[in-house]
Amino acid sequence: MDLLLEPLQYAFMTRAFAASVIVGVLCAVMGTYVVLRGMAFLGDAMAHAILPGVAIAYLLQGNLLIGALVAALVVALGIGVFARQGQIKEDTAIGILFAAALSLGVALISSMKSYAVDLGHILFGDVLGVSVGDLWLTAGLGVLVLVTVALLYKPFLVISFDPVLAATMRLPGDLLRMLMLVLLALTVVVSLQTVGVGLAAAMLVTPAATAYLLTRRLLPMMLVAAGLGALSAIVGLYVSYYANIVSGAAIVLTATAFFLVAWLLNPKQGVLRRRPRGLV
Amino acid sequence: MKDTTDQLEVQGASIGYGDKVVLSDLTFSVPHGARVAVVGPNGAGKSTLFKALVGLLPLRSGRIYVHGRPLGNHKDCVAYVPQREEVDWHFPVTVGDVVMMGRYDRQGWIGGDSRADKQAVKRSLQEMGVAHLETRSIADLSGGEQQRVFLARALAQEPHILLMDEPFTGVDAPTQDSTLGLLDDLQAEDVTAMIATHDLGIAVEKFDLMLLLNHKLIAFGPPSQVMTQENLRAAFGAYMTLLADGRIVVDAH
Repeated sequence: MDLLLEPLQYAFMTRAFAASVIVGVLCAVMGTYVVLRGMAFLGDAMAHAILPGVAIAYLLQGNLLIGALVAALVVALGIGVFARQGQIKEDTAIGILFAAALSLGVALISSMKSYAVDLGHILFGDVLGVSVGDLWLTAGLGVLVLVTVALLYKPFLVISFDPVLAATMRLPGDLLRMLMLVLLALTVVVSLQTVGVGLAAAMLVTPAATAYLLTRRLLPMMLVAAGLGALSAIVGLYVSYYANIVSGAAIVLTATAFFLVAWLLNPKQGVLRRRPRGLV
Repeated sequence: MKDTTDQLEVQGASIGYGDKVVLSDLTFSVPHGARVAVVGPNGAGKSTLFKALVGLLPLRSGRIYVHGRPLGNHKDCVAYVPQREEVDWHFPVTVGDVVMMGRYDRQGWIGGDSRADKQAVKRSLQEMGVAHLETRSIADLSGGEQQRVFLARALAQEPHILLMDEPFTGVDAPTQDSTLGLLDDLQAEDVTAMIATHDLGIAVEKFDLMLLLNHKLIAFGPPSQVMTQENLRAAFGAYMTLLADGRIVVDAH
C-alpha cells in the first residue's frame, strides 16, 4: 500500500497522474476512430507535425501547448483540403505534410542553441513537469473533445461505418470528417506533454486495438479502450517512478503488454485459443 | 398518401467522376410504387446512377426530382442497400445496431433510441426473418443473412424509394425469395424500388419496368417492350449471342 501511496505525496506526481489518465482516456476514445477508420498513419503524422508549432512558440516565448495546437490544426485542415480536391490520395497528402512539418520543426530547432534538453521532452514527453496551468488546459481540452464525441456519437458512427448511408441521410460528411481531424489534433496536442510526439500514436492505437479484440460494439469498445488507456497511464507511471525510466515509454510499454495479453487470449481469435481442440 | 406527380423524375441528367462522364443525358420518370430493374453491362453506369440518386455524386447537368421537388429536399426518402462487398464486416456493430442506424434520421442525431424506434427495428428484423440475430455481431453472419440485415435497415428507414445494388448475386435461394417477397410488400405500400441486376430472367419476370443502360439510356419501359434484339445489342454488344432459334443469350458478367 505504501508503495502505491508513496509517489502521491509529491504534488508533481499527483499532477502527472491526473494528466496521464486524462491523456490515456482521451487518446483511447479518439483512437477508436483511428483504428476503425484506418487513420493510424494520420495520427502519427499529426503528432510529428506539431514540432514546428512548438519550436515557433518557444522562439516567441509563448505557451508551447498553444503553439502545438495551432500547428496541429493547420496540418489537420491542410490534409483535409488537399485530400478533398481528389487530385492526390489522402495518405500521400499526409506523407507530404508530415515530412514538411517535421523538417520545418527540426530546422527551427537546430537554429536554436539551448534546445537540446527540451527537445527530448517534446519527443518523449515530460509528464513530471506538468504545471497547474498545463493540467487545467489538458483537462479543458479533454472535456471539450469527449463532450463533442459524445454528442456526435451517431453521426460519427454512420460516417465511419457507412458513408453511403450518411449521404442518403444528407449528413454533412466532409464537415464531420474535418471535425474529426480537428478533434484528433486536439488529442495529439494534449498527449504531447505526457508521452511526447514520438509515442502519441501508440497511445491512440494500442488501447483501442486491444479493446477491438475484446468487444463487439462501438460504445463498449470505446469504454474498454478508455479504461485500458487510464490503467496503462497509472501502471506506467508507477513503473516509471520505481524503475526510473522515461514515463512516456513506460506508459506505452504497459499499454502494449495489455495488447499482447488480449491478442493471445481474446475470445474472438486469440492465438492461444485457436489451437485444435484435441490439444487443449 | 398519393401524389399526383411521378415519384421520381430524371431530366437530362449527366453524372460522372472527376473529368469522366459515366452517364450522359438521362431522362426518364418512374411512377409510384413501380418496380424497376436497372440493367446493363458492367461499367454501364448502374451504380453511378444510384450514387447520384442518394446524393453521393453531384449532377454535372440536368435535374432529378422526387415528388416534383429537387433531390435532397426529402432526406428520409431514399434508402440504399449496398452490395455486400461495400460493407466493412469487421466493424464493431451488431445486427440491431445496423438496423437502428436506419432510424437515426427520424429520431434525431443526438440522444437515445425511443420505444417507437426500437419497435420499428424489431418489426423490420422480423419481416426479413433475422430477428433472432439482433444481438449478433455482423462479422458472424452468412452472406444471405448479411443481405437481409441491410434489407431490414432499408425497411426501418421507411423510404419512398428503395435502391438495391445486385441483391440477387451470390445469395442463397431463400434470401433471393425473401428479397423478391419484400419487393411485393413494398409495392403494396407504394414504395418505388429500383434494383440493379445482372439477372435478365428475374428482371423480365418480376419487374414492372426495365431501365436499360449503357452510358446512356438505351430503353425504358415494360420488359416486353425493352427486351428487343435491337435494344439488347445496343446495350450489351459483344456480350450478346443470337441463337439459331431466335433466342438471345447475354453474358452480362
